[in-house]
Amino acid sequence: MTEVWPLWEVFIRARSGLEHKHAGSVHATDARMALEHARDLYTRRDEGVSIWVVPSKEITASDPAEAEALFEPARDKVYRHPTFYQIPDEVKTL
Amino acid sequence: MYSQALDQAPREREAPSASPRPEDSAREAAFLARVDAEEKIEPKDWMPEGYRHTLIRQISQHAHSEIVGMLPEGNWITRAPSLQRKAILIAKVQDEGGHGAYLYGAAETLGISREQLIDQLLAGKAKYSSIFNYPTPTWADVGAIGWLVDGAAIMNQIPLCRCSYGPYARAMVRICKEESFHQRQGYEIMLTLARGTAAQRRMAQEALDRWWWPALMMFGPSDADSAHTAQSVRWKIKRFTNDELRQKFVDFTVPQAQFLGLAVPDPELRWDDAAQHYRFGAIDWTEFQQVLRGNGPCNRERLQTRRRAHEDGRWVREAAAAYALKQRERSPAAA
Repeated sequence: MTEVWPLWEVFIRARSGLEHKHAGSVHATDARMALEHARDLYTRRDEGVSIWVVPSKEITASDPAEAEALFEPARDKVYRHPTFYQIPDEVKTL
Repeated sequence: MYSQALDQAPREREAPSASPRPEDSAREAAFLARVDAEEKIEPKDWMPEGYRHTLIRQISQHAHSEIVGMLPEGNWITRAPSLQRKAILIAKVQDEGGHGAYLYGAAETLGISREQLIDQLLAGKAKYSSIFNYPTPTWADVGAIGWLVDGAAIMNQIPLCRCSYGPYARAMVRICKEESFHQRQGYEIMLTLARGTAAQRRMAQEALDRWWWPALMMFGPSDADSAHTAQSVRWKIKRFTNDELRQKFVDFTVPQAQFLGLAVPDPELRWDDAAQHYRFGAIDWTEFQQVLRGNGPCNRERLQTRRRAHEDGRWVREAAAAYALKQRERSPAAA
């Protein structure tokens, strides 16, 4: 039996209060082993207090070819940002 | 160093197998514009086949180098001179394994599996850095490897943190942080020996004599003989040429050797005040080619050790896969 071990994506929370951030990937037969490998590979220097592992095949990613259609419309909507609005200096705490 | 074999690969493997399609020239122009603008290329982005192949080759050679690189030092774990040195060496060797894993992961984003890459290594079809085919007869060699080999690796790897391919650049950032520990612990071993007895100083000098020239060869052939440098620089995979990095390494390292009171084994070495560089003697490229071709002092032993480790671990891999399958069959929902 020479089953190829599936790939898992690893997310690490560096300190409590921070979000989990993508750190890399590991190969493992199951979730438990994926956690152990992620611990050995990505937290050897106290880089984390919590680990998530997700089977890579379960991740749906946007297509770079659609990046323009997806993200371009946000670019000309500068009025979504507070700096778009001109307020006289005399007006405080706004 | 890890890019050294890049310059050695046969040229035909560079050529994309399929004939180029007309839309590819427009895509390639857009790709190059992104590279020029220092944007990172990510796994799902379009990229020229040559870029993909070059990266797979370079990253996998780099990964193999990390894995084979565990062997010369692993040789000393049981004989380290103190418990602290042993703990440090275990941590360093574990880091090298980790570096191999990050890099295989980066290579896998380009559409090749780790199993394929490892098969290529074990079949003797893939290259790894020539440096790991030299033996480590004394404890001082462990110091010299950390100082010189990891030092040369850092010189090569720091520019790779800005490589145009995102996953490789990110792996290199992590690796560079860890390599600094490797280099400093190696220098500290050399320093301890250099401040020790006459016999210890002799041991340190002999290790420097053994590792100096192979360390200079790690940067790969001289620019005049380096077939792929220009293309890799154009793609921003490589930022500096082999000779530029080698010169920088010599300039940094010679004063470190002087501080140790050790002699660099090069009668032609001298400081060029006008150029503000050390000038060094000619490298024996015949030796370099011999080691790359598999005729170095330890090539056969290294591959045999890797093959044996792979075979000895087979039952573990199979048992883990069988266990996972059984668990999935028992409770499909939990899989």
